Amino acid sequence: MEKILTSTLYKASICREFEKKIYKLIERKKISFPVYFSSGQEYVACTIAATLKEKKIKPMLFGQHRGHSIYIGFGGNLKKLALEFSGNKNGTTYGMGGSLGIHSENINMFGHDGFMGSNVCIGVGASFISKKPAIIFMGDAAFEEDYVLASVSWIAKKKIPVLLIVEDNNFAITTSKKERRDWSVKNISKAFGIDSFDINDDPRQIYKNLKNYNFKKPRLINIHTNRLFWHSGAGIDNLKTFDRLKIEKKKLGRKGETIYKKAINEVDKIFNKIHEFKK
Amino acid sequence: MNLKNKTLRETICMITENHLKKFKTMVFGQNLLGVGQVDKTLPKHLKEQDGIIDLPMADVAGGGIVTGAALANKSRPFYIIRYQGYNWFNMIFIINYACKSKAIWKLPCPIWIRGIASEGNIGPVAGSSHISQFYKMPGIKIFSPINSKEYSDIYKNFLKDDDVYYISEHRKTYSNTEIIKNRYFKKPDVTLMLNSITRHAVNDIERHFKNYKNLKLGIINLFKLKPLILSKKEKEMLKNTSKKIIICDNDYVDGLPSIISAKINKLTNCKIDLMGLRNKTAGHHSKNDVLPPNSSDIIKKIETII
Repeated sequence: MEKILTSTLYKASICREFEKKIYKLIERKKISFPVYFSSGQEYVACTIAATLKEKKIKPMLFGQHRGHSIYIGFGGNLKKLALEFSGNKNGTTYGMGGSLGIHSENINMFGHDGFMGSNVCIGVGASFISKKPAIIFMGDAAFEEDYVLASVSWIAKKKIPVLLIVEDNNFAITTSKKERRDWSVKNISKAFGIDSFDINDDPRQIYKNLKNYNFKKPRLINIHTNRLFWHSGAGIDNLKTFDRLKIEKKKLGRKGETIYKKAINEVDKIFNKIHEFKK
Repeated sequence: MNLKNKTLRETICMITENHLKKFKTMVFGQNLLGVGQVDKTLPKHLKEQDGIIDLPMADVAGGGIVTGAALANKSRPFYIIRYQGYNWFNMIFIINYACKSKAIWKLPCPIWIRGIASEGNIGPVAGSSHISQFYKMPGIKIFSPINSKEYSDIYKNFLKDDDVYYISEHRKTYSNTEIIKNRYFKKPDVTLMLNSITRHAVNDIERHFKNYKNLKLGIINLFKLKPLILSKKEKEMLKNTSKKIIICDNDYVDGLPSIISAKINKLTNCKIDLMGLRNKTAGHHSKNDVLPPNSSDIIKKIETII
């Protein structure tokens, strides 16, 4: 478990520092397209990635908005991601995908088109025909899309080897869950016949849930987490928002500090090399 | 593939079966295994284990599922949309993902889509052709073959290509064995550009005008719609048409006929008339139906011109 905790902290820290750099570039008007930050939610994808790495499972990945943490957590090339933000043809998506279209053959990550939840249908089709395991990440609002519900039902019917991860930060833009619906993702998914869980983003809980999971059956995990920024980084909900990364770093004490510093250096090194951002 | 005397229906069945074997892929759609096998255009003996996949009745998700299938193992799946009216739901993720995938991610996502048009007592939603709403989008090729040769030629191109192909079929063409050819004149009085089911009107029209010795009536069969491919000879004829070019289609006049008209407008100074569905919502009863122009409508139109 310790190895999982340290490697997750490292990846999550890289993600946080990377996004801090991006945020500054937005402030300097070097980036003018919408950016969907993972900040606050990094532990979800990073813990899953570390757990599956330990189990030597390399699934197809279908993310959407706030997907930087998926790419970084699962080992995507950081320089390519930074280049993507500069519109460079050597970026993850050749400068075409921006923040939400991140694509990487190396880590089996398929780009997203921008329609919230389209990745669920697409991931289901990909896993159904290839019989390969897939992880589909979505937000709590995406699960409300009619086509997502239909796809989840089909996952259950055909027993497609898909792990559904709902990153539940409670908000759709700025509308909270209680204003949008009176049902829970877990109950709906369970009603379809899928093994369904509701946990928080504590890496120990995520690890415990997945350590014996081998994609033999579909599974859904609704993971409660907190965003630090609004939908496209336009603002924040609350300065006192619970920050998983801060807590986990603190728990690891001096080791946590060392890991975080290493992440800062790693990110600095990358950004210092990108000509477009230096100007 | 011997296509001689084969109906379009038989050719579609043959292509489907061969494609499933060759690519170990799947045909997706709703109620494919149910009664009728999509107007007998799917071989009756093929079942789910052979790759015929009945999707849930969730049209938006269905388009996404087939997009994912095309993406994952490049197996060129088929997708059947039983009524083109359902394009409005089914095409969302195909147009916005499958058709853009090559440009954004350098990852082609070829799908062979069979969208079926039909008219007559079918009401305001399911009837007519519905391809104009996504005609404008990049990354898709659109065809409307009505015989075995056209269908088979387009399929052969699909295998060499990596784009999404939308095949606009028409239920009333499935029994067709006839190959309708263009009629060329150096300087026609009128040139008819016929698409989809309106192409079947050509024999009646020619028969009617057989004794009009002075009438030179050019005929162009449209089926390579996007990109709109016209041969040099066809372009020449359009350029030299003296009185009128008439575009006939089973879409509303503001749809595909207007699009085609705008495209050929650059080629000619000749005036263009459009004959498609009237700008009116169809009712279910014959009295209130909205139908494509038939041979007598087209004949009347030509008579007013000459």
